[in-house]
Amino acid sequence: MSRTLYDKLVDAHKVCDLPDDDMLIYVDLHIMNEYTSPQAFSGLDTKGLEVWRAEAHLAVIDHVNATRSNEPHDAASKLLIDNLEDNCTKHDIAFYGLNDPRQGIEHVVVPEQGLVTPGMLIACGDSHTTTYGAYGALGFGIGTSEVEHVLATQTLRYKRMKTMRVMIDGETAPGVTAKDIIMKVVQVVGAGGANGFAVEFAGSAIRHLDMAGRMTVCNMAVELGARAALIAADEVTEAALQGHAHSGRFAFNGESWRSDPEAVFDKKVTIAACDIEPLVTWGTSPDQSVPITAHVPVASDYVSPKAKAALARSLQYMGLTAGQSAQSIAIDTAFIGSCTNSRIEDLREAAKILEGRKVAAGVEAIVVPGSAMTRIKAEAEGLRAIFEAAGFEWRPEAGCSLCLAMNDDIAMDGERVASSTNRNFEGRQGRGARTHLMSPAMVAAAAIAGHLADVRDFK
Amino acid sequence: MKDNQMTKTIKGVAAPLPLANVDTDVIMPKRFLITITREGLADGTFADLRFGNAGGPRPEFILNKQPWTQANILVVGDNFGCGSSREHAVWGMRQLGIDACIGISFAGIFYDNARKNGLALPIVSPETWDLLLQVAGNGAEITIDLNGRRLTAGDVSAPFEMDNATQTALIRGRDDTLDSLEHAGAIRDYEAELKNEMRVSVIK
Repeated sequence: MSRTLYDKLVDAHKVCDLPDDDMLIYVDLHIMNEYTSPQAFSGLDTKGLEVWRAEAHLAVIDHVNATRSNEPHDAASKLLIDNLEDNCTKHDIAFYGLNDPRQGIEHVVVPEQGLVTPGMLIACGDSHTTTYGAYGALGFGIGTSEVEHVLATQTLRYKRMKTMRVMIDGETAPGVTAKDIIMKVVQVVGAGGANGFAVEFAGSAIRHLDMAGRMTVCNMAVELGARAALIAADEVTEAALQGHAHSGRFAFNGESWRSDPEAVFDKKVTIAACDIEPLVTWGTSPDQSVPITAHVPVASDYVSPKAKAALARSLQYMGLTAGQSAQSIAIDTAFIGSCTNSRIEDLREAAKILEGRKVAAGVEAIVVPGSAMTRIKAEAEGLRAIFEAAGFEWRPEAGCSLCLAMNDDIAMDGERVASSTNRNFEGRQGRGARTHLMSPAMVAAAAIAGHLADVRDFK
Repeated sequence: MKDNQMTKTIKGVAAPLPLANVDTDVIMPKRFLITITREGLADGTFADLRFGNAGGPRPEFILNKQPWTQANILVVGDNFGCGSSREHAVWGMRQLGIDACIGISFAGIFYDNARKNGLALPIVSPETWDLLLQVAGNGAEITIDLNGRRLTAGDVSAPFEMDNATQTALIRGRDDTLDSLEHAGAIRDYEAELKNEMRVSVIK
């Protein structure tokens, strides 16, 4: 019988059926960070349980650490960092701490270390674990109780989801990146439009993306509610598996990690690649975006009173006027970083825009490479020099930083940030902070212009 | 009492919180996440909505107004709980005394986190939701019968959706980790069938 890639992955990892249509699924690799794991380890202690299979876990520090130095910036973050290291030592789990040359944002580190291959199932206490779908692997975020469950059993209780295929065919226009593709999908499907679904991305516009682009797409699939995102493994994927620390140590071949041609999806969405422009968000939900050439919506763009009220609330929080042009929005801060867009490919794209140009007066511009290895590679390629010559602050340590402001990078009340990150929620980058999501190249363009700007004007 | 004889009913004042896409950053701002315990999160719950910059309560926020200061049920907007996987959002809501959120749709990770912590998330039709929003706006009580999957409030009586596993977990209130370890044999059997190259071993 024809099966989707998602169904193949679930079938391959099913341990046994449970009552009420639940099942136990096997977790090949489990990633932990310092802020969603402490209570899982204390849960093990309270219940007197051991870790089932210690070699199958990796712990990384990324959320709370300062990126200005490799020292914790305060006692509270130090407590979380030390707690994870202590727990890993006690349970004999691999730990990439602040002074480890492999440290970085978990979803940057895992592919960089060659820890993801097609056919795997990867869980992590972080919603952006959907990233690994770029490799034809099933990755999804879990809560802390489930982190405890994986530690103790190497499995999760799981209910099979519905499947959605998002087909994006055709060629994208110059200046349109993987970030714009996924922001378009979020705009079309809606912030909760894929709740209950595993989403497979297909079509020539997806196949033509490199692995960094595919990871950006799958990473932000959670912003449309998808609990899993998938892209079929192909020759691009195969090529990306070579040359890493874990390359050749494990493989999940034996299946074709792609949907069968006749596989049936519960829902299908089609987007023409040529309809995608460079996008920016104007509101407080990732689906509130417009092309950079367009305007902030007005009330008459919406029919329902609920939608009109949501517009008014978003505009009030964002300090914007209905109908103002996107490019008239002046920024205070430019931030390039996060598990969505801090890979070497992202830094190269931004550097192309920055080379020979200067950040506008009054704009604070920061770049946080996704991992220590990414930073070293970027420095060797001369990217650091380009960023610094343009007036960007080049952070010496890797982490999530201003994406979610859990360290000492916190935007002030009313501060407006052009950001290569994934969420523009109220308060995400600091209480009262105003976030505009866009591609890293668009952040670079905004930094130079001092306002949201069209990357295609920077040739 | 045997498991299959247990019943569970949640009853109380419901507060309307109809905003769509209320994310876990709003439910539990990150400054409350720098902790290694599950405790002490009640004050952080909806903190930026409940309290002003100076720390005082915002009088216009629904949970700061009578009778909703007593609410143990919320009627929430579409896609409630989206965003970050932080279970702290659910822990905080439970510590604030919230027993159930009634909505049209919930984000997946939040839904699973709720199940683990006894927070019921009945899913209703848009029509029922509109009625319950009025009930909540009037400060009236709602009764949620988990066994019968039915809500009642005054003249309103309507079914709700909840998958069987979540219903069972809420009614029985058992520990999933300990329950799953009863299947240790099946897990070992699965592992024994794995080829060598399918056993991940992370380099330390």
